[in-house]
Amino acid sequence: MSEAPAASATQPVTATDVAAAVQVTGVDKVFVGKKKATVTALENIDLTVAPGEFVSLIGPSGCGKSTLLRLIADLDTPSTGSVTVFGKTARQARIDQEYGIAFQQAGLLPWRTVTGNIELPLELHKVGSAARKARSAELLALVGLSDFAESYPDQLSGGMQQRVAIARALAESPRLLLMDEPFGALDEMTRERMQTELVKITAETGAAVVFVTHSIPEAVYLSNRVVVMSPRPGRIRDILTVSLGSAAERNEQLRENEAFFENVSKVRELLHGEAPVGVRGVETR
Amino acid sequence: MSRGSEKGAPRGNQTLRRIAFGAAGIVLLVVLWELYKALGPASGVVVGDLTILPRTTDLAMPHVWDMVGRLFENSGGGRNAAPVWVDVLQASVFTLGVAAVGWVVGVVVGMLLAVLMQRFRTAESAVLPWIILSQTVPLIAIAPLVRRWGSQLEFGDFTWENWMSVAVIASYLAFFPVSIGALRGLNSPDTIHVELFRSYGVGWWRTLFTLRLPASVPYLLPALRLAAANAVIGTVVAEVSIGLRGGLGRMIIEFAQQASGDPAKTWAPIFGAIAVGLVAAGFIALLGVLLRRYRRGEVPA
Repeated sequence: MSEAPAASATQPVTATDVAAAVQVTGVDKVFVGKKKATVTALENIDLTVAPGEFVSLIGPSGCGKSTLLRLIADLDTPSTGSVTVFGKTARQARIDQEYGIAFQQAGLLPWRTVTGNIELPLELHKVGSAARKARSAELLALVGLSDFAESYPDQLSGGMQQRVAIARALAESPRLLLMDEPFGALDEMTRERMQTELVKITAETGAAVVFVTHSIPEAVYLSNRVVVMSPRPGRIRDILTVSLGSAAERNEQLRENEAFFENVSKVRELLHGEAPVGVRGVETR
Repeated sequence: MSRGSEKGAPRGNQTLRRIAFGAAGIVLLVVLWELYKALGPASGVVVGDLTILPRTTDLAMPHVWDMVGRLFENSGGGRNAAPVWVDVLQASVFTLGVAAVGWVVGVVVGMLLAVLMQRFRTAESAVLPWIILSQTVPLIAIAPLVRRWGSQLEFGDFTWENWMSVAVIASYLAFFPVSIGALRGLNSPDTIHVELFRSYGVGWWRTLFTLRLPASVPYLLPALRLAAANAVIGTVVAEVSIGLRGGLGRMIIEFAQQASGDPAKTWAPIFGAIAVGLVAAGFIALLGVLLRRYRRGEVPA
């Protein structure tokens, strides 16, 4: 059931000496609050994400899954241990733009059009305007928003905004995508459609993904591996390899698949530390 | 926030209604004035020794049409034969010019202070209390000081003139709302936006120009409007306390001295001051239209 793995069977790594997309080794994160009160958010975390692999972090609120993502993104630094991204320190990887990031809120700049928002990282890194135009047109087609290129974020629905945010995260063709509950604020139907699109997009771009969620079906549907975390202090309880075929083979039918339900039950079991109860495949948020 | 879209595409009908309501407000004011003047007691409403409503004599409350009519009559005796409105217009343009210089200086200083306070937390703790304290000093107290300090300045051909003292005092009032509003605005981007820019590995300056300044516009516009009003008031008051000729401040004092013989004339420079205020407010509204794309709200996902 659990594995301490490098690459999953479905996403073989081509060369053995290729640096892992993410390598987290012996990481603790302790927050020091007021009056020296300390909170241990993460304890003894070891995790390796292979290039092109889709890994979900799942766990109850306060288990430190977002904190772990922030450490990988170098938005915060670990108290002990090390985080490397493609063999570089997290800081260097951030400066070198090795990853694209998306949050629960789309976080678009309201004064920029959809195109302007997607081109933002390119603009900040001084990519020429012709190249920017070409790239944003490509990404708009990828997320199916070509008709909304000149719209402003406030004219879009939540799901569309989130798609723009994903396109923005993909703008510089990163080999690693970090996503912190990107579909958390969406309704169930939009959410499922976005999941299917994300699977399609990652298959096309071949990017590794670290995906934070607290939805079990979402984690199972998207991932090669699901990392189940326990709270206070945040630890990795177990890692489940989901064998539902490669990203290209995953589609809507998978949600009705027996193997899918089996994996959902396994994750639930790991989360609760007991035999599954209740209807299978139901959202437990 | 939603006001942006409202102003972006105003329906013809709505614009008309707004103008009608604005006009109705003025008419209501005139009607109230004239009604009280016609019906109120000549000696005013007095409770005990306290006058709570003014006298209704022509001296204290001239008819509205007298005030307006006076604008089109000659100013006074032979040497000055132009109609009053020409004098008022000239004084208004002068005051507006000085106020505009004061506004620009105030906005620049206010923005610089806000940027400094945004950049360094210690600067905020050190400077912000002084900024607030600065506004408790009465204008009358600083006017002579500014004038004296200014007159000691000399660089080559440059000599300090009195109108510059007035502009400095106007800017002293104008910088305050700008620094406070801009600081709030510069700090307004969500954590997620700030972290996004951090993830892009861009420095503080790029973040300032690409994120913080555009995000501050909705906070900055009301501050600029307040600053404009403050600059106009500061200019008029400083003209009086410094004794600068040519502007509305002195004209208000001069005409008030003639009030016993010519009560309607007192109101002419007041109309001028209102006009200056309207022009200043109109300028800011225009600025708001030019910056309207920075005033869009993002609908939360």
